[in-house]
Amino acid sequence: MQYFPFVVVAWILGVGLYGIVTSRHLIHQIICLIVVQSSTYVLLLGVGYVTGAVAPYFYDVPVHTPAVDPIVQALALTDVVVEAAVTALLLSFAIQAHKKFGTLDPAELASLKG
Amino acid sequence: MDQLLALATVVPLLAAAAVSAAGPLLRARRRLLDAVAIGVAASVAVMLMVIMFRTVGGDQVYWFAGFRPSRGIAIGIDFEAGPLSAGLASLGAVLVTAAMTFSWRYFERVATYFHALMLIFLAGIVGFCLTGDIFDMFVWFELMGVAAYALTAYRPEERGPIQGALNFAITNSVGAYLSLSGIGLIYGRTGALNMAQIGEYIDRHPPNRLVVVAFLLIISGLLIKSAIVPFHFWLADAHAVAPTPVCVLFSGVMVELGLYGIARVYWSMFGQALGHRAGISHVFLALGVLTAVVGALFCFRERHIKRMLAFSTISHAGIFLTGIALLTPLGLAGTAVYVAGHGLVKAALFLCTGIILHRLGSVNETWLHGRGRPLRVTGVVFTLAGLGLADLPPFATFLGKGYIDTSAGTHAVPWTMAVFIVCGILTGGAVLRVAGGVFYGLGDAPSEDPGMAKAADEEKSETDSGRQRTPLTMIIPPAVLVVLAIVMGLLTPLGPAVQAAAIRFEDQAGYNATVLAGAHIAHPVAIAAAEPAGITAADVLTGAGCTAGALLLAFGALYWRRLPLLRRGYEPGAGLTAPLRRFQSGVVNDYVTWIVLGLACVGGVLAFIVQ
Repeated sequence: MQYFPFVVVAWILGVGLYGIVTSRHLIHQIICLIVVQSSTYVLLLGVGYVTGAVAPYFYDVPVHTPAVDPIVQALALTDVVVEAAVTALLLSFAIQAHKKFGTLDPAELASLKG
Repeated sequence: MDQLLALATVVPLLAAAAVSAAGPLLRARRRLLDAVAIGVAASVAVMLMVIMFRTVGGDQVYWFAGFRPSRGIAIGIDFEAGPLSAGLASLGAVLVTAAMTFSWRYFERVATYFHALMLIFLAGIVGFCLTGDIFDMFVWFELMGVAAYALTAYRPEERGPIQGALNFAITNSVGAYLSLSGIGLIYGRTGALNMAQIGEYIDRHPPNRLVVVAFLLIISGLLIKSAIVPFHFWLADAHAVAPTPVCVLFSGVMVELGLYGIARVYWSMFGQALGHRAGISHVFLALGVLTAVVGALFCFRERHIKRMLAFSTISHAGIFLTGIALLTPLGLAGTAVYVAGHGLVKAALFLCTGIILHRLGSVNETWLHGRGRPLRVTGVVFTLAGLGLADLPPFATFLGKGYIDTSAGTHAVPWTMAVFIVCGILTGGAVLRVAGGVFYGLGDAPSEDPGMAKAADEEKSETDSGRQRTPLTMIIPPAVLVVLAIVMGLLTPLGPAVQAAAIRFEDQAGYNATVLAGAHIAHPVAIAAAEPAGITAADVLTGAGCTAGALLLAFGALYWRRLPLLRRGYEPGAGLTAPLRRFQSGVVNDYVTWIVLGLACVGGVLAFIVQ
């Protein structure tokens, strides 16, 4: 069991959250959200990784050759699709905010308080 | 006939695809689109009710593409329906039907994607409730989320909706990704994604810290979705700006789905393995009580009716979490009944607010004072729903709260009852104050708060206001929902049936056997001791007392200025909530900070307990 990938996961998650918390620009903030999500890709692939194993298709190797876990790859792919939808939607909100209100600062955009 | 489980998600998804594909052709025939959407939502509601009644005798499992478990190992994805999950999903379908019927006349012009998004939302609700696979749960969660974000920003030409949708989307996405990290960790530990399989594995192997971390991460997304303090900030922002028919779904069922997810995750996977039931119960009790109190205080302070109802939802989410946190079948059964009653009543309140907005063009209580007199029927429905929110017998809310109180009493936390009564009085009092002031012109208009007046003024473009009569399609749905809430409270066979369902929901071994071995379990051995379930005179007295308190508070809030002893310009309760209001800053950066801090606290306490 290698710990290094999980240290990387925690690091990416941490910097992503730090970015969201401190950001003063919506586009930057949305990209930080993508960074947070990227940590899940690394986590999923790290969970399924097997040292010295082949890619999980058995076309020209014997069937019992050790292979990396294909399920986590499918999960990561689904995750990418989810991210694409969320990011596209969020960026369209950001474009609307810029078009209508001329600002991309989350603090300036806040009209509802209390 | 277990295919019905899959059909309940496939039908709305296909209909959504068809509606968006045919949208450009049908632009001139909007009524056709409306009719298709209402018909699909209603048929899904019927399907889910059939499933609910059929599963009273034992849960049903459907394996997609026939990939049944092989030698006790799940290889496919399953839908698992019990009365509680199917019941929650059918509540969602009923509310979607009501909201779509309401929008028939509410929106003068409506984009095709509104129908498609509502149907996708419905599919998300159903899939989330029925799925038996943890990753699948995440996908439905996100599907529902994306539809909800887009619906919040349905009027993107205004500042409020964009801000609300951004806050909603960013906080909930952070939560979803944390949940996904937890799912990845638990998959790494167990090699399974099926919840029954995961539960079986971590029950057989001694749980380590990884399991605790995974549990915390998985529930963090669900806690954010269910608006538990301090993860609740997004909810008021999103509710205040989403179109009113969408608010019905947000308050009536989406928040409750987060709590359902917590209960499902706990009882199907972690419950037995984590142990330390008392400690975990106390953590969630504390969160629930805190949420109930904070939500109620904010609710009473609010003058923007939609935001007021949103804070009342937060308060009720806290009560639901408390009911679940008792970790008893009766507590869970009470929560289930309460969720159903609250969903119906709250939906009716939102729909009546929509009528106010449609007829009078504002949701600002101060401005509306006395102007709602011509809306007689709406006033009656709103007042009845407000009484239901204050737990008046025989509303289903009263029944549910009675069960939770009984269970809390037998498990040495009877003080939660006092908290519930205070919260019920505050939230019910706020809603009844609106009813008395707006529809009957009682008392004096509350003094104007300029900040709130501005926020309440942004609703103009949502509906074509100024109509002279309330269309029937707008008043019938809330009236029917209120009647349903009363009928549910009067159904005597409901109590034992829901309790039996709750016992089965909490029976992890039974769930595993049902899913993995195809066993049929009608009457599991109860893990907790049986509790007295009947509604006693004391419960009726509590419910009636709570309603009376709410009425008194409402009258007090309307008439207190006439008391000679108090000076004018003083707002009761303002001093209490003013410091709290500074936290509700409207800036998503702050909300994510609260999420991180809150998770650190909850995680620290959980780790300390489970060590």
